[in-house]
Amino acid sequence: MALDKPYKDIPGTTVFDSDMARAGYHVNQFCMTLMKAENRERFLADERAYLDEWPMTGEQKQAVLDRDYNALLKLGANVYYFGKLFFTDKVSFQKGASLMAGMSEEEYLAMMVNGGRSPEGNRYIGEKDDG
Amino acid sequence: MSHVPAIGAAVDLGKTGEPYWQPLFAGFEFSKQWIADEKPDVIFLVYNDHATAFGLDNIPTFAIGCAGEFEIADEGWGARPVPVVKGAPDLAWHIRQSVIQDDFDLTTVNEMKVDHGLTVPLTLMYGQPEAWPCLVIPFAVNVIVYPPPSGRRCYLLGKAIRRAIESFDEDLNVQVWGTGGMSHQLQGPRAGLINQEFDRKFLDDLVDNPDELANVPHIDYMRDAGSEGIELVMWLIMRGALDNKVKEVHRHYHVPASNTAVGHIILENLRQ
Repeated sequence: MALDKPYKDIPGTTVFDSDMARAGYHVNQFCMTLMKAENRERFLADERAYLDEWPMTGEQKQAVLDRDYNALLKLGANVYYFGKLFFTDKVSFQKGASLMAGMSEEEYLAMMVNGGRSPEGNRYIGEKDDG
Repeated sequence: MSHVPAIGAAVDLGKTGEPYWQPLFAGFEFSKQWIADEKPDVIFLVYNDHATAFGLDNIPTFAIGCAGEFEIADEGWGARPVPVVKGAPDLAWHIRQSVIQDDFDLTTVNEMKVDHGLTVPLTLMYGQPEAWPCLVIPFAVNVIVYPPPSGRRCYLLGKAIRRAIESFDEDLNVQVWGTGGMSHQLQGPRAGLINQEFDRKFLDDLVDNPDELANVPHIDYMRDAGSEGIELVMWLIMRGALDNKVKEVHRHYHVPASNTAVGHIILENLRQ
């Protein structure tokens, strides 16, 4: 019997479950290495060569090179892992979140100061036209 | 209480008086005085590691830090400039033995660096001391690789932890902290979700209705309070360690800190 996965219909959200953790194993473990200053330097000096040391898919490598975080989420990377990529790039978590939200950092900051993104219309896929 | 890394950075960089941060830190002034009066010997600090000590190679659901010392991790921007965390090995080893015999299968950890999840709550309560004025037992809960433990499991574990602490021979003043949350989502197009109504009800129920709150399923946290709002199950470990009826000593709620709603509540058993 299949497991119940009731979280599949939350809009704009990838839950890091067993399937995603398996798919993203190597891309996430690559991110773990960025907790050492010497690895950050070596990665930034030649990103492609550093990534080629890992058995990641071509798509995963390209998403890292492009810093396409929404693509990374779909490919099994988790935000707490690729957050180390934000820090390596000296990008704040807030900036990283704004990129995934498709907003400028200023727009995102304004939304947060005004109480954040409302849950209204954002609980189920299809709840609103742009969901 | 919440543990946003930007809170740590605001303290470390001397920005706490800025208009953006001032209301958040103001809510901890009472708490700093309270803890200076309470002088806990040991803090049993329930928190989550953020893919720092635990990657995907090892994913313990519950991990108790039994070492004498825990180094501060470099999470990617250099280690936070905070004192090393001193453990309480005698009590920690006692708790692990008691709690495992009580049916909660903890992972015992003796080599572990600690990240902002553990150090930001200490900073909020103690500011910037030369050394932390208490010993700390780090208790890491997996809330990153789905599923985390259920709210019910956390609540019952809290009760087992209390039994363990109370059966320790030495007379120590031990506090149990639950950290993480409140509503927030850091990932994907829905990033930035905050649900103040959910958070306020969570705080109310945490005080007066914990048994029912423990039944809230994961999906409700994720759908209503953001994918990372699920960290709130950790607060139920703290609540489980207290009496059924408690006194609310202090509450503070503020939006935003970076991507997150910040909640902070102090509960005490009714003194006899």
